[in-house]
Amino acid sequence: MKAGLSKELIALRVVKELQEGMYVNLGIGLPSLVSQFVPEDLEIVFHAENGVLGYGPVTEQQIDSDLINAGLRPVGLRPGASFFNHVDSFTMIRGGRLDVTILGGYQVSEKGDLANWKTTEEKIGAVGGAMDLVCGVKKVIVAMQHTASSGAPRIVKKCTYPLTGKEVVDMIVTNLAVIDVTPEGLLLREIAPGVSATDVQAVTEPTLIVSPNLKEMELKI
Amino acid sequence: MINKIVVGTKEAVADIKDGATVMVGGFGPAGAPFNLVQALLDQGARQLTVICNSVSQVAPLIENRRIRKLIASFPAWADRSRANPLDEQYATGEIVLEMVPQGTLAERIRAGGANVAAFYTPTGVGTVLEQGKEKRVIDGREYLLERALRADVALIKAYRGDRMGNLVYHAAARNYNPIMATATNLTIAEVEEIVDVGQLDPEIIVTPGIFIDRVVKVPKRSQW
Repeated sequence: MKAGLSKELIALRVVKELQEGMYVNLGIGLPSLVSQFVPEDLEIVFHAENGVLGYGPVTEQQIDSDLINAGLRPVGLRPGASFFNHVDSFTMIRGGRLDVTILGGYQVSEKGDLANWKTTEEKIGAVGGAMDLVCGVKKVIVAMQHTASSGAPRIVKKCTYPLTGKEVVDMIVTNLAVIDVTPEGLLLREIAPGVSATDVQAVTEPTLIVSPNLKEMELKI
Repeated sequence: MINKIVVGTKEAVADIKDGATVMVGGFGPAGAPFNLVQALLDQGARQLTVICNSVSQVAPLIENRRIRKLIASFPAWADRSRANPLDEQYATGEIVLEMVPQGTLAERIRAGGANVAAFYTPTGVGTVLEQGKEKRVIDGREYLLERALRADVALIKAYRGDRMGNLVYHAAARNYNPIMATATNLTIAEVEEIVDVGQLDPEIIVTPGIFIDRVVKVPKRSQW
C-alpha cells in the first residue's frame, strides 16, 4: 500500500481550493493544518465555530488561553478579526455565509454521505458542529487518510458508521488522491506523486471514474 | 441600589438544589466558569441535569457522579484518544446522554431565553439524530423540529462586570455564555474584574445586566 502524502502536504493541496476573500471553516485534526499554509498575501478569513472570524496561524506558545480555534489550539489574529457568540457563529454556518468547510472524515460514500462523528467501536461519539456545517456551508471538502490504520478503505459504497450528513461532500483530498463527488459518481482528478490510478482504486471501494485529464497533485505553495 | 455582586463562589451557588438543571458556559477552557463549577462540586448538589458543550467544562462533576443527565454537543475530550469519563456511567445508565448538534444546542438555548417554544432546523436531517423528532418540508427542504431549552441556573464566565450585571467578554471565551445568560431564572456570572457602574460603555456591553442575577469576582482559572 502506498503511503502518499503527509498530513501537511494534504493541507497544502487543500489550500489550492481557497481563493481571495473566501470565508473558510476548518474542522479539528488534519483540516486545522490548512491555516498554516495559506500564503501571506492571500486574504482568506478563517471562521472558528467557537466565535472567531479572522484568526491566524496556530501560535507556538499559548499567549492567551481564551484565544483558541475549534481544536483548542492557541491562534493569533489577523487585522479585521472579530469575536461573536455561539448563536451568531452558527448563523454564519447554518445561514450559508461560509464558502468552504474542510472537515475530517471516518468514511465518505459514493454519493457523498459523510460519517465523521462516531465509529461503531466507540460507545458514545461526539457530533460538535459538523452536522450544522454540512448543511449550511457552500462547499464541503473532506481531508482525510485514504484508508483506516487497518488498511480498510474509507471511501466506501455506503457508510457503515452513523452519518453526519447525506450527500453533503463535494470533494475529497487524501494522502493518495483528489476526488470530486459528482452526480455520475466519484471522479478521480489527481493522484499523489508516486501513486497511480490503479493504486488508488485498489484501496477505494466504489469504482472510480478516472478523469481523462488525470494529473499529479501540484504541491508548490 | 441595585447590587448583584456576591462575595465568594460558595455563597453564589449555595441555593442550587439536588436535581437542578444547570447550564454551564465555555468551549474547551475558554469561557468555562471553573470557579463556579468547583464551588458547585464542593457544595455537593447531586442528580443534576447539565447542559454544556463538552466534557471539559464539567469533568469533576462527572467524575464525582453528580450528574444524572448530560445534554451536550461534544460529550468527549477534544483529544478523542483521551479516556472519556462518561463511558462508565453511560454504559450502566447512571448518566443519560442527549447529543445535540452544536448549532442546534446554541439555538435551543436562545429560544429558551426568548420564549420561542420550538423551531425548525435542517441540521441532523438524514442522521440518527432525527429519530423521535417531527420532520417537515418547508419551501422544498426538510427540517427537524427542535424544542427550546431552559434551565434552573446558568453558570457563566465573563471578563468584566459591574454591580448591575452588565458584562463584557474576552476573545473566544464568549461562546455560549451570553446565550445561556438569557435562558434561566438564575444566572450567576464569574468575572475577572468588577468595575464601577458607568465604566462599561453602553456601546460595548455584550450582556445587559437585565439577564444577570449574581456577579462574583474570581481569580482567572483556565484548567482543572
